[in-house]
Amino acid sequence: MSEHLLEIKNLKKTFPLRNGGWFGKKERMCAVDNLSLTIEKGETYGLVGESGCGKSTTGRMIVGLTKADSGSILYEGKDISKMSEREFRPLRKELQMVFQNSLSALNPRLRIGEILEEILQIHGEQDKAKRRKRVLEVLEKVGLSEEHYFRFPHELSGGQVQRLGIAGALIIHPKLIVCDEPVSALDVSIQAQILNMLMNLKKELRLSLLFISHDIGVIRFISDRIGVMYLGTLVEETDTETLFANPLHPYTKTLFAAIPDPYIQGGEFQALTGEQPVRTEDFQGCAFYSRCPYAKEICKKQAPEFREVEPGHKAACHCIEK
Amino acid sequence: MMEEKKNETLLEIKELKVSFPVHKKWLPAVDGVSLEIHPGEITGIVGESGSGKSVMSQSILRLRDHDTAVRYEGEILFEGENLLQKPLFRMRDIRGNQISVIFQDPLNSLSPVHTVGNQISEVLILHKQLSKEEAGKRSIQMLKMTGIPDPEACMKKYPFELSGGMQQRVMIAMALACEPKLLIADEPTTALDVTIQEQILHLIRDLNERLGMSVLFITHDMGVVSRICHSVKVMYLGQVVEEAQTQELFENPCHPYTQGLLACIPHLRVERGKELPVIQGSVPSLSNIPEGCHFCTRCRLADDTCRNCPPPLVEISPGHKVKCWKYADGAKEREVTAS
Repeated sequence: MSEHLLEIKNLKKTFPLRNGGWFGKKERMCAVDNLSLTIEKGETYGLVGESGCGKSTTGRMIVGLTKADSGSILYEGKDISKMSEREFRPLRKELQMVFQNSLSALNPRLRIGEILEEILQIHGEQDKAKRRKRVLEVLEKVGLSEEHYFRFPHELSGGQVQRLGIAGALIIHPKLIVCDEPVSALDVSIQAQILNMLMNLKKELRLSLLFISHDIGVIRFISDRIGVMYLGTLVEETDTETLFANPLHPYTKTLFAAIPDPYIQGGEFQALTGEQPVRTEDFQGCAFYSRCPYAKEICKKQAPEFREVEPGHKAACHCIEK
Repeated sequence: MMEEKKNETLLEIKELKVSFPVHKKWLPAVDGVSLEIHPGEITGIVGESGSGKSVMSQSILRLRDHDTAVRYEGEILFEGENLLQKPLFRMRDIRGNQISVIFQDPLNSLSPVHTVGNQISEVLILHKQLSKEEAGKRSIQMLKMTGIPDPEACMKKYPFELSGGMQQRVMIAMALACEPKLLIADEPTTALDVTIQEQILHLIRDLNERLGMSVLFITHDMGVVSRICHSVKVMYLGQVVEEAQTQELFENPCHPYTQGLLACIPHLRVERGKELPVIQGSVPSLSNIPEGCHFCTRCRLADDTCRNCPPPLVEISPGHKVKCWKYADGAKEREVTAS
């Protein structure tokens, strides 16, 4: 087994829910609770879950945009969650992020060439000609051309902006890119273009990706391994083929059944009732308890262990036979 | 029973053209769309952003008249009456009463300073002349029907206190309060999670069956269409390029655009590791519409005829129409010799 590129152990992040006034009870919600996962070199790890399950928070913690409360994030053996800003800075180059709405992440008053060159400058490239050469190289890689060099971000279409967002991440030779819903805001025809491009770039540059999405079709297409997240924690994790052939956790099953697919005429599927609750700090039991059709007494009191059911196939559920 | 109902038409749109002024030119966002909606039918409109699907649905209720200059051509007949000829203040009798609409983002469509109860009651007081108490009772019934767990408590809440799925249910409750004959659903599930989306789709289909209400369902998601619609129209740059019964469309997509759209969805049977088939390029802007077939800039089959002459909408089998030169051989030659 290859060395882990990234190893997350028991990660936790809470946000204030209400501060309770002067005497009231202070409450915090757990966005991510007790999350552990590993990403290997050259692997695409797909993180899938509904909105509010903590998948974006996880991504942000990995690239250092959000500080974790507890737990550790080991990147090539070094714990980046406890590093100071100065120690972390050189690693920023290797850990990059692509956002859902890249347009809001770009300076509207700079030209595209300037935006990309600025990144290189910050990371220590002083030679202007080299910077320019590298920018043109990257633009070509993501399917933009030299003519875009002098354009402004608002002149681009949604798909092109997303390509630019990816260019901004690629330009400084990262090892891991966290893609936070990079195709969710795009039309399907553009989405397919971007997905193909990401897949080819990943092969070509031997990148590792953490791909975050709520779209199961997209996740299945691009990921080697998938983690299904619910309410701040992983409920199931395995490689893509196994997950779709044999989903174990009740949440994964209902999630799959709810995908509208034009060619699978959905049999009368009983829609999942209720909604995702809020996970406070004194949350007990299984995360999925309130909506699970198979919930038992034990599920309410005791959180199920996230254990290996089959080799390489982990799930957290009391109801799965050993 | 369905058959005899089919004969009458609830809503008929004839050659509708909606244009907006951009740089002193009128650009058509909707360009010659015709459709019929029969009672009890769910009609789907699919298309990418910029295809004009929302503008079309909004012009049925003339929602764009207030804020921008807009020019209509063609006819929108609702129960035989042309809505485009009506004075705007008369539209109030129809909006929310006979035709209701739900939007993608419920939070933006609900008033932030009124409680849910007040907002639903208002519709009933206005259109059905109910007293406040009666309207309140009816509102609770409506909320219950849409599956909100504790309707009485929900009545006193403000929209921001509810989750996205619950807000959408409130919108639906409000839209259905007056038992409209037609519900326009403009991307009602796009902002929701799949499990919640499933609940809302169930609800709309259930209400359609129980109340016999027609639905015009607008979405960009082919999967959603297949779950809920009886018939589908595919729109591209303001025109309907293909229309058919849902099953027929998915089994036998004919227009290159529809084929491409269906092929590029990464659904669960796509072979992994291979590239997805894509439609090259992106949707051209309205000021840049090609002269012939609107799709010719991205079509892999486009030839000179496609680039120069707009194709006709041909019926290739009963109920299945395609706007493509590929299916109009006879027509193509005639057109070429004429020009």
